Amino acid sequence: MPVFHPIDVDEAVELLARRGPRRILAGGTDEMVRINHGAAVGEGEEIVCLNNITELRSWAFESDRGVLVIGAAVPWTELASGAIATLCPSLAEAARTVGSPQIRNAGTLGGNVATASPAGDGLCAAVALDAVAVIRSAAGSRRVPVAELVTGPKQTGLGPEELITSFEIPLTEGYQGYAKVGVRNAMVISIAGACLVVDEQHGISRLALGSVGPTILRCPEAEPLITDVILNRSGNTARLDEIVDSVRSAARPIDDHRATADYRRHAVGVLARRLVTRAISAREENNT
Amino acid sequence: MTGSKDDREFELTVNGKRLTVSGAPVGASLLSVLRDNLGLTGTKGACEEGECGSCSVMLDGNLVCACLVMASTVTEASIATIEGLAPSGTLSRVQEAFVDHGAVQCGFCTPGLIMAVSDLIDRQPNADRETIREELAGNLCRCTGYGRIIAAVESLLNEGDL
Repeated sequence: MPVFHPIDVDEAVELLARRGPRRILAGGTDEMVRINHGAAVGEGEEIVCLNNITELRSWAFESDRGVLVIGAAVPWTELASGAIATLCPSLAEAARTVGSPQIRNAGTLGGNVATASPAGDGLCAAVALDAVAVIRSAAGSRRVPVAELVTGPKQTGLGPEELITSFEIPLTEGYQGYAKVGVRNAMVISIAGACLVVDEQHGISRLALGSVGPTILRCPEAEPLITDVILNRSGNTARLDEIVDSVRSAARPIDDHRATADYRRHAVGVLARRLVTRAISAREENNT
Repeated sequence: MTGSKDDREFELTVNGKRLTVSGAPVGASLLSVLRDNLGLTGTKGACEEGECGSCSVMLDGNLVCACLVMASTVTEASIATIEGLAPSGTLSRVQEAFVDHGAVQCGFCTPGLIMAVSDLIDRQPNADRETIREELAGNLCRCTGYGRIIAAVESLLNEGDL
C-alpha cells in the first residue's frame, strides 16, 4: 500500500488516473478509522494523501459572481467561525455540530460530501445552499450540484479517477440555519438534521433534511409554504402545522440502531418548525 | 492494524526533535508510531476512531486525534505530545491544576485531556463553563464525572482575575 503525497491538484489527478485500487486520504476522520481497523489495507492499494495541496485548503469570496468558493480540504474549524461563518451561517452552524474540536480540526467538507453519509452535517448544508462541487480529473473538470452528485447512502457519481477540489456556494440574503438531534449535545452523529436557507432576493426557500432518507432530501412541497410564512408574514400556528406535516411526509426514514423511523419523522418536523420560527424571529429583528 | 511492513524510513518532528521512524506498518497512525516506534507512550490509545480523545496531540498548533493522522503524511509538521509540555520532572501549569484539583482517577484519559485543556486555555482564555464543557466534548473520562476536571480548568482561566 504505497502512500503518495502530491503537492498540487495536477499531480493528484495524475495519480488517480493510474490503474489499480486507490483511496483518497484528506482529513482522515473516516478513512483512518477504516485503515486502523484493517479495512482499507488491500494488496496493491494506493493511497493518495491530500495534506500537502495548499489550494485545497483555501477559500475565497468571488464578489463579482456572488459565490463563495471553498476548497474541498478546508477543515470544519475554519468553516465554523470568522469570515466564512458571516458569509454562510448555515454551513458554519453545521460545522460547529460536527464531532469535537479534534475532529473539526481535521475533517473536511470535501470528505463529508464524498463519504455521502445521509447523516453528513456539511452535506445537508451543502444541499440546502445549492452548492456545486467542482470536480477534477486528468481528463478535465466538471461542475455538479452536490444534490445530484450524492445518489444514495455512501454512493456518489464520482469516478475513481476524480477528485472534488472545491465547492461553489451562491450567497443569498436572508435567514439560514442548521439544526440536528442526537443523543448528546456534542460529538454526535445526527439522528435527524435539517438546514433551511431563505433566499429573499429570489423569493424562495430551500429546506434539506438529513438522516431521514437514503440521502439528503429536499422538501419541494413545504418550501413554498415556508417562503410564504417567512416573507409574507403569514405565520400562524396552523400554517406552521401544515409545514411540519409536509416536512414529515417528505421524510423517508428507516429504523436502525440509532433511532426508529417514527422518532426520526417526528424529530425532523420539530427541527423544521424550529428553523422556520427562528427565520421569522430573525426577520422581525432585522425589520425593527 | 494489518498490512505489509514498509522498509521506507521517514522522519517526524516531535516536541522539537527530528526523529527517524523505521519499520512502521504502511499506513500506520501517528498514535501507533508515537507509541510503538518512538517509545512515546504518554499518548494513549483506546478507540482508534476519534471518539475518545485519549490520543490528543498538537499538529502544527491544532489539536487532533493522533489515531486519525497517518504518520507518514505529517513529516513536515510540528508535532507536540504530552511528553513535551514541561521539562522532565516538572509539571506544566495545566498538569499542576489537575493534581491540585484531584482531576485524575485512573489516569488513562489524562494526557489527552491535558493536551485539550492546554489548547483550550490558549485559544479561549475567557471560556465560561458551558464553553469548557463543549470544548472538552471530544475527551471521554469514564471515572471522574468531569466535575473536578472542569474545576481544574476554571482555576486556570480565573488566574488572570486574581
